[in-house]
Amino acid sequence: MNPSAADTWDEFMEGVWRQNPTFVMILGMCPTLAVTVSVVNALSMGISTMLVLIASCGLVSMMRNITPKEVRIAVYIVIIATFVTVVDYAIQAISLALYDALGAFIQLIVVNCIILGRAEAHAAKNPPLPAMINAAGMGIGFTIGLLALGVVREILGAGTLFGVALFGAGFQPWVIMVLPPGGFFVLGAWLLFFSWLERRKLRRQQAKLVEATQNA
Amino acid sequence: MTQPLIEIRSAPHVQGPKSVETIMRHVVYSLLPICAFYVFQYGISALASILVVTAACLFAERYFVRTGTQAGRLSDYSAVITGLLLALTLPPGFPLWMGAVAGLVAIALGKALFGGIGFNVFNPALVGRAFVQAAFPTAIATYTPSFLAGRFTEFIPSSLAWPLMIPADAAIWLKAKNLDALAGATPLAKWKFDGVLANAGDLLTSLSGNMAVGPAPVLILVCGAYLALRRFMDWRIPLAIIGSAALTAWLLYAFDGVRYPNPFFMLFSGGLILGAVYMATDMATSPVTPKGMWVYGALIGLLTVVIRYYSGLPEGVMYAILIANAASPLIERITQPVPFGRGVLDRAKKRATYPLNPGYISREEASAVTPKKRFLPKKPKK
Repeated sequence: MNPSAADTWDEFMEGVWRQNPTFVMILGMCPTLAVTVSVVNALSMGISTMLVLIASCGLVSMMRNITPKEVRIAVYIVIIATFVTVVDYAIQAISLALYDALGAFIQLIVVNCIILGRAEAHAAKNPPLPAMINAAGMGIGFTIGLLALGVVREILGAGTLFGVALFGAGFQPWVIMVLPPGGFFVLGAWLLFFSWLERRKLRRQQAKLVEATQNA
Repeated sequence: MTQPLIEIRSAPHVQGPKSVETIMRHVVYSLLPICAFYVFQYGISALASILVVTAACLFAERYFVRTGTQAGRLSDYSAVITGLLLALTLPPGFPLWMGAVAGLVAIALGKALFGGIGFNVFNPALVGRAFVQAAFPTAIATYTPSFLAGRFTEFIPSSLAWPLMIPADAAIWLKAKNLDALAGATPLAKWKFDGVLANAGDLLTSLSGNMAVGPAPVLILVCGAYLALRRFMDWRIPLAIIGSAALTAWLLYAFDGVRYPNPFFMLFSGGLILGAVYMATDMATSPVTPKGMWVYGALIGLLTVVIRYYSGLPEGVMYAILIANAASPLIERITQPVPFGRGVLDRAKKRATYPLNPGYISREEASAVTPKKRFLPKKPKK
C-alpha cells in the first residue's frame, strides 16, 4: 500500500465514521427525521443524496479555479440544483410510489447543508478525485445514518424490515415510532450509543497510555 | 496547638428532620390502600399490572444507578412511587408487556436522562404514560368494568398478550359475560362520545358495580389528607387544582347546562383527583414558592377542563400536568418572594416592620428558625 492509497482511504473513511454527517456533525436533520419511517425510504433518500453529493462535488472541484470567489455560493447552488433535478426525475421514473413517499425531501436536497458544506469546505479546495472520494464517504456515512434510524423505526413501527413481516400477523405496531417524536427518540438513542462507543474508546486509550508510562 | 475558637461551617444551618427517603416511604404507605382497593376492583389483572410495572421501574432504576447515569439510590423508594402511580393510571387490562415498556420508558426517559431523582423536569410516571399513549393508543383506551364476577380467578384476556403482539379484544370477552361494549367505556368517554352522564355520587366511591373507573376519589382524598397532615405534601397544589377545575367547570355549566356536564362529574371522573393529589405534587417538578403553587395548580385545573371539553381526547389530566411541569420553572421565576428588607418595587422599604413569620418561610416546618424582628433605623428628615 503506497502512502497515497492510505491517504485516499483516510479521506474516504472520514465521512463514513470519524466525521459521520448524522451522528458526529449532526447535519441534515430534516430528511433524517422525516423520511426514515421505513428502510426503503431511508435507503433511497441516502443514495439520492450520495449521488448528488458525488456529482456536485466533482463539478465544483473542476470549476474551482474559474469560479469567482464572490459568486461561489450561487455557483454551488446552481450545480447542486442541476443534479437534484436529474435525481428527482430519475426517481419519478423508477418508482412513483417511492417518489410520493419521499415527497418534497428530494427537491430539498438542494439546500441540504451536508452538500453545501462539502462543496464549500472540501471540494472547492481539492482536485476532483479526492473531492469525489470524500463526497462518497460522506454520502455513505449519511446513508448509514438514515438506515440506522430506518431499521429501528420500521421494525417497531410496522413490524417489518424491507417490507417483509418479521413477527407474523399479530404484531402490535408502536404508533409513536412512525410519528415525528419516534424519530427524535430513535435519533437520541443512536447518538447516546455512538457517544458511548467514542467515550469507551477514549477511556481505553487513556488506560493504555497510563500503562505505558508506568512500564517506562 | 491551640483549639480553634470559631467553628466555621457552610450552609445549610437549619435542617429539617425529614429526609427524601422518609417522605418517599410515607408516600408509598399512603398509596398502598389505594392499590389494594384497585386490586379489589379489578382482581388479579390489576395486581399483576401493578407488580410488573413497578418491577420494570425498579429494574430500570437499578440499571441506571449502577451504571452511574443517574443520582440517587434504589432504596429511596422514588422508583416504587413512579411504578405504583403509573400502574394506577393504566387500564387494569393493559397488556403486561406494554406495562413493562411504560415502566422502563418512565425511568429512562423521564428520570435517568435528566440525571435521576430531583433533576427530572417532568413527572416520570406521566412521561411513561404519555409514551404508551402515543405508542399504543387502542390498548390504553380499552377499559373493562370493575367488580366483575370471577375477577380473582381469571385474568382479563388482554393482560396476557405475548410481547410485541396485539392483545385480545376485550369486547368479545365482555360479550361472553353478558355485558355490552359500552360497559367498558370510562365515564368520561361515555359522556364525550355518547352523551351519557354518570352520577357523581357513584363516581365518588367507585363502589356501584361494573363501572370502568380507577380507585375511588374519596379514598385518594383521604390518603392525600394523611400526607398533607404529616406535611409530606403541600396542600396548596391539590386544592388549587381542584378549585380551579371546579370553578372553570361550574362557570361553563352555568353558561350552558345542557352542553357542559356539572362540575361534580368533572371533578370525580377520570384521573383528576389522583393527578391532583399524587402526580402534580411531585416535589421535583412543581414550584417551591407558595404563590407559584397556586398558579401552577390553577393552570393544571384550567387546562384539564379545557382539554376534556374542547379536544379529541376524553381525558386531559396527563397533558395538563406535563404542560404545567414544563411551565413550573417559569412560574417559580415570576413568583419569587420579596427578599427580606425589600419592598415590592425592589426598593428598600422605609420604616419597615416585618412579621415574625414571613410568608417565604413555611410555617409548617417545625424546626425552621425565623429571623428575629428588626427595625431599620429611621433616616433623619432633611
